[in-house]
Amino acid sequence: MKKNNVLKTLASSREISLLMVMLLIVAIITWRNPIFLTLKNISDMLTNYSTTMILALGMMLVLLIGGIDISIGATIALSGMFSALIMRDNQGVPVVVAFLMSIGVGLICGLLIGLVIVKGKVPPIIATLGFMNIYRGLTYLMARNQWVPAYQIPTAYKQFATGRYLTFGVLNNMITVMLLCYILFFFFLKYTKTGRRIYATGSNVEAAQFSGIDTDRIKFFAYGTMGLLSGLVGALWVSIYASAQGDMAMGIEMDVIASCVIGGVSLSGGRGSVTGVFLGALIMAILGNALPLVGISQFWQDGLKGLIILVAIILNVLTQRSIIANNLRRRQA
Amino acid sequence: MKKLISILLILSLFGAAVACDGGTTSTTAAPTEAPSATEAPAEETEAPVEETEAPAEETEAEEEPEAEGGVEGKTFALLVKSAGNPYNEKEAEGFTKAVEEFGGEVIVRQPEKATAEDQITMIGELVAQRVDAIAVAGNDFDALQPALTQAMDAGIKVLSLDSAVNPESRAVHVNQAGTELIGQALVDAVFDLTGGEGQFAILSATSQASNQNAWIASMNAILEDEQYADIEMVEVAYGDDEYQKSVDQTQALLKNYPDLKVICAPTTVGMMAAGKVLKDEGSAVKLTGLGLPSEMAEYIGEGDEFPCPYMYLWNPIDIGYLAGYTAAALVDGTITGAVDDTFTAGDLGEYTIVEAGDEGTEVILGPPFRFDPSNIEEWKEVY
Repeated sequence: MKKNNVLKTLASSREISLLMVMLLIVAIITWRNPIFLTLKNISDMLTNYSTTMILALGMMLVLLIGGIDISIGATIALSGMFSALIMRDNQGVPVVVAFLMSIGVGLICGLLIGLVIVKGKVPPIIATLGFMNIYRGLTYLMARNQWVPAYQIPTAYKQFATGRYLTFGVLNNMITVMLLCYILFFFFLKYTKTGRRIYATGSNVEAAQFSGIDTDRIKFFAYGTMGLLSGLVGALWVSIYASAQGDMAMGIEMDVIASCVIGGVSLSGGRGSVTGVFLGALIMAILGNALPLVGISQFWQDGLKGLIILVAIILNVLTQRSIIANNLRRRQA
Repeated sequence: MKKLISILLILSLFGAAVACDGGTTSTTAAPTEAPSATEAPAEETEAPVEETEAPAEETEAEEEPEAEGGVEGKTFALLVKSAGNPYNEKEAEGFTKAVEEFGGEVIVRQPEKATAEDQITMIGELVAQRVDAIAVAGNDFDALQPALTQAMDAGIKVLSLDSAVNPESRAVHVNQAGTELIGQALVDAVFDLTGGEGQFAILSATSQASNQNAWIASMNAILEDEQYADIEMVEVAYGDDEYQKSVDQTQALLKNYPDLKVICAPTTVGMMAAGKVLKDEGSAVKLTGLGLPSEMAEYIGEGDEFPCPYMYLWNPIDIGYLAGYTAAALVDGTITGAVDDTFTAGDLGEYTIVEAGDEGTEVILGPPFRFDPSNIEEWKEVY
């Protein structure tokens, strides 16, 4: 009976069960290679994966309203390439301006997607599939199939990704931006009207409409935000890898969606938390960073990554089910 | 309202069709309008290649007109691996230059993704267009066989360049540099940079990439030699030609092997990612391999702040150019693709077909070209 109780407390929260999975992974990895838990490695990891982690937030919004966006890789390429091209031709562009341009392009991309989905009533996966190709094609056209190599990107811009000046020397800038996004989203979804309306729209569109929520506006908002974050990541991407290529960030949407699903975001909408997404994205980052460290054969790494993702998701679903069952029992009692 | 929207949609489709038309003509026409911008630097910088290929120079002047018989007005198609890759762009540029020199017509096709499926579709389209030759940089060694066999049955000359397709699917392969030549150049670079002893690691692309694996196998074979007994290859890491993953792999190599002296990356994405990591960390580990000059210009130099003292690559413009002339020689019957056939490839001189490692035949462009601080400034402008 007592054992059952422990299980029950564990199963009472998705986030806690996720945390346990993560700690288990961390423990095994550290046992195989203690370097993993060094400050330097964790900083390296978070810097390299800040892009994926930021995107997971936007994807979470889109999934919450019951949509999906697979065009984010192309949006990143388009916005990143746009600001990189401008910087190539005008070396004096301040870093902030370059970032704002990239974010602006991303926002426009996202709003266009939102427009087609909301006004055109096109299923999100089809609409974003179309835009994925359009944006990727535009990137090639805009850059004339060329690329912007490291030496053509202003030094100040490249130093953003390696610098620590946003926190006056404490944290890498990339990590700072990522954490700021998470804090912002945490409060936004929990304590603002729009935040609550997103959940309402996602769990039951009709009920939300009846209660006076403009669900179209909420959807528009979600895709716009996803675009905006993709634009931000486009800027970060060019800074961290010191190069802009037409094929950059291709396929990143899969890692981002996986992060969300591991983090307990429901693909049918309405369910998911910022904490969960943070843990989910962190698990993806840990897998990416640590598998090469522990010295497993390269050929096993992809398979193992898939397996761990699957286990995490199954655990998640089981926890979710027991939570629902518990709630039901409580209501009946 | 609905009618208005549908009319607008149809109009926008028409608009897109017109715009796309402009787009395709501009891709084929690009070389004709681009030379004003691109040719000037290309000509200046082609000089170093000619210097290294001094023997080739002798033959070029007299024999050039010979190759022109019977190919004028014929259509030559190039199918690269994917769009958006600068390397493929330069290949197409060289191919176009060659075909225009002998008066043929060029079609360059670029699949959006580097997959065999996209290439198979495009091969079908090219067969339907009745081109005279297809040069393909294969995205898969075997998968293109049915499509390419069909093309050959239709009387089209098929050759591969850069990344080979299997011998049954091609008349001849245009190889950027002999596998052994590359392996030797890389091993010598590692030997030089480690000072003759110590650990080094390889950062490759995907574990299935046939060219990567052939080079690594050749390096391994060369390392057997007693001369290299004191250098140890500790790991072959795969970055899948993705930045994020290549960065992970480089960082893991640095952490797992504190005594590592050299990283050798026979792939351009791996080179960039490793160069960035080593430079950011101020690491003492040196980098060499096969990289694109413009991407690597930032990291090549003398002194401790530059991770890469020198690296190699062939000239993709020359591969495309050689493939153009090889296609012409196939079409006009100068060669059939058999061993010991010889032909002249414009400015590059005379080439002889040799046996390839896969039991087919190939033409080898030459040894890889070395990029170091003395020439990187001019080459970074080229590609």
